[in-house]
Amino acid sequence: MSAEVILQGLVSGLLMGFVYALIAAGLSLIFGLMEIVNFAHGEFLMLAMFATFWGWALAKLDPLTSLPITAGLLFLLGVAVYHGLIRWILGAPMLAQIFATFGLAIFLRAAAQALWGVDFKLVKSPLADGRLAVGGLFIGLPQLAASIGALAAFGFLYWFITRTETGLALQATAQDRQAASLMGIDTQRMFALGWGIGAACVGAAGALLAMFFYIFPDVGATFALLAYVTVALGGFGNVPATLAAGVVVGIVEVLAGLLIAPAFKYAVVFALYLVVVLWRPQGLFGRF
Amino acid sequence: MSRGLRWAGASIALVLLVAFPLIVTKPFPRHVMITIFLYAMLAQAWNLLAGYCGQISLGHAVFFGTGAYTSTLLLKYLDLTPWGGMLAGAVVAVLLSQCIGYPVFRLRGHYFAIATIAVGEIIGTLMINWDWAGGARGLFVPIKRPDSWLNFQFHQSKQNYYYIALGLLLLALWITLRVERSRLGYYLRAIREDQDAAASLGIPVAAYKQRAMALSAGLTALGGTFYAQYVFFIDPESVFPTALSILICLVAVLGGVGTLWGPIVGAAILIPLGEWTRISFGGSGKAVDLLVYGALIMIVSVVQPGGIMALAKRGRRRTG
Amino acid sequence: MDQAPQVLLDVRGVTKRFGGLVANNDISFQVSVGELVGIIGPNGAGKSTLFDLLTGFQTADAGEVLLGGQPIARLRPDEISRLGVARTFQKLRPFTQMTVLENVMVGAFQKTTDPARARREALEALERVGLADKALAHARVLSTGQRKRLELARALATKPRLMLMDEVTGGVDLRSIPGLVALVRELNAAGTALVVIEHNMGVIMDISRRIVALHLGEVIADGPPATVGRDPRVVEAYLGQAYVR
Repeated sequence: MSAEVILQGLVSGLLMGFVYALIAAGLSLIFGLMEIVNFAHGEFLMLAMFATFWGWALAKLDPLTSLPITAGLLFLLGVAVYHGLIRWILGAPMLAQIFATFGLAIFLRAAAQALWGVDFKLVKSPLADGRLAVGGLFIGLPQLAASIGALAAFGFLYWFITRTETGLALQATAQDRQAASLMGIDTQRMFALGWGIGAACVGAAGALLAMFFYIFPDVGATFALLAYVTVALGGFGNVPATLAAGVVVGIVEVLAGLLIAPAFKYAVVFALYLVVVLWRPQGLFGRF
Repeated sequence: MSRGLRWAGASIALVLLVAFPLIVTKPFPRHVMITIFLYAMLAQAWNLLAGYCGQISLGHAVFFGTGAYTSTLLLKYLDLTPWGGMLAGAVVAVLLSQCIGYPVFRLRGHYFAIATIAVGEIIGTLMINWDWAGGARGLFVPIKRPDSWLNFQFHQSKQNYYYIALGLLLLALWITLRVERSRLGYYLRAIREDQDAAASLGIPVAAYKQRAMALSAGLTALGGTFYAQYVFFIDPESVFPTALSILICLVAVLGGVGTLWGPIVGAAILIPLGEWTRISFGGSGKAVDLLVYGALIMIVSVVQPGGIMALAKRGRRRTG
Repeated sequence: MDQAPQVLLDVRGVTKRFGGLVANNDISFQVSVGELVGIIGPNGAGKSTLFDLLTGFQTADAGEVLLGGQPIARLRPDEISRLGVARTFQKLRPFTQMTVLENVMVGAFQKTTDPARARREALEALERVGLADKALAHARVLSTGQRKRLELARALATKPRLMLMDEVTGGVDLRSIPGLVALVRELNAAGTALVVIEHNMGVIMDISRRIVALHLGEVIADGPPATVGRDPRVVEAYLGQAYVR
């Protein structure tokens, strides 16, 4: 196992880490707002990937071009899910909350299977294609583009939450719902917005992943788990921390695959989750 | 409905159930009933931990798989009767549950639920890669002829399987009933409601969670061994997947989490529903029944998290 | 020949910091067997934190707590409860999915494993607090005053030597207060030591044999009600400098 291979691994882990961070950011945002874990997050990702695929298959749209559309569609989905489902279980016991989004996940996955079948689909020859040689390392262009895209989206999200009035209103609602509403911030609107933005993040991530990843109804499951781990590592509700956490997850995944065995790479990530939440239950940087 | 009337009703139902295979001899209806019993029993076991104690495990299939693999491996390599294997499976599951519980119970709420998924996935991955235990190819249960109770194998008819499954379900019911009335039951419910208040009353919370977990895991493992001896083939995909964990939860949630009859009601509805969609929609039936399941879970969560049992109680109170 | 009262609870130099905030600073006081000690102090004085420390819900950064001579500062809440310390919470925490009787039975089960016996003990506890007629009602339909009694009954069922009560009269309607106060007195008369946090000055001065006054995390007075009530530091803490005479 040469240093070169490991370095290569670290780079790819870092790149994927940004994508994980983007997926996790949406989850973290939603949880920070209303303490609900979206167990259908992986399915949102899957739908975004399918949307990107059909955009490419039917209208020859490159994933990078259709990204804003996909993100927009997912935004609408997020808002719809909030108004159609989440709104009704806000005060419900945790069991009900877990199962509501769980049920949605099963439903969406089955719908995708029924509509589009189980076969793996792939977007071929996207705009960003080929490999870049840097020093002795090879970086796939789609992966690099996805990574930069994810970082950019993440940066945009961060700017939005911290520098715009709406973003600050979101933060206020997350920190103290009652106080925020007393100051005139419409909680329902914030919640719906939170779901919309959270879904849009995942939508962007899906479009980016579709550049090089296989697309099939169950694809969301593993990413979802990785996202939960990322959010838990960074701390539920702490969006900036998910960037660092995403990178950690990405690197651990690759290193585990290289140093132990490819079959175990996810198992190691999950084991890492268990270790971290036991040692620091609120995650590395979290509030809860 | 008074208690006496309820028990009379249950007794009649029991008589009917016992008589069922004597009247209905076609294999398919018997298979459906057996599946109902099995899932009702698994859901009842899950219910002990999640419904009564409030610890929502989304990875319970690990115990099912543990039971199935333990008894099958013991049968294959040591020629141990599956009944012994069943007990061994339960013991291994209990030990495993204590190891899992020790770290995982320190987590609360969503962290805990996610951790159970993570554990399920880790163990699933391990099993797929464990070649001595069959790996991804799985294990075939050694066929023994002739049919016998000792070998726990019946190839001529499903009748004995029916009674064993019914027996397991009754066992699960009996255990739940005993727990409900005992100090264990009260303590578990207190933990579910408010862990800190429970601790302030002297309840050693972690220890009791482990107890609930042990009971739940052991029971689930029994179901795993039964499944192995019924289907004759096990692999990680069939006995360890998260999908199975989900189905078990759904049965309990639909029927009524934390109630005695909930899991049975849930199974009685979901299993026939699953079979019907599979028949009606052929190959793509897999997706349709999941579609229905997903919709059902969402509806139950929103409308009545207490499941059908809670709906029934509400209806009764309004008319009573 | 009068024997010196036996010390039941001995708090020595207990300190708790939350980051830069010192919630409890070097707090020391004693509670004798069967004594009724009141704890007063303006909001933020550190009273609830002190209770959390005494019952194991928080760990002190420094100091020691002895119960009947045994150190308990590092024990878990359930271990402390089993040693005979019961506690009621400021924000009431009944088990809402259970009936009143079942709630109290959870407490009673600490001393017995037999459900029938637990039921009997629970009913007795409910009788003592005057809630026996509500035994089969669901806990969530109770009024605040009734919930306070329920929490008391539940704690009583564990047969404690020492009971820590966080707010007796908070949120209770005026008519119900005398009844609650009488109940507290009865419990004390029956031999249970009580440490009571209370904001209602009239009530606390009336029932306490001794008062410990906290301000900004420190003990500023410790003595009979009459003395503490006239202590200039206490008056200043509560009412401000202008009222010190």
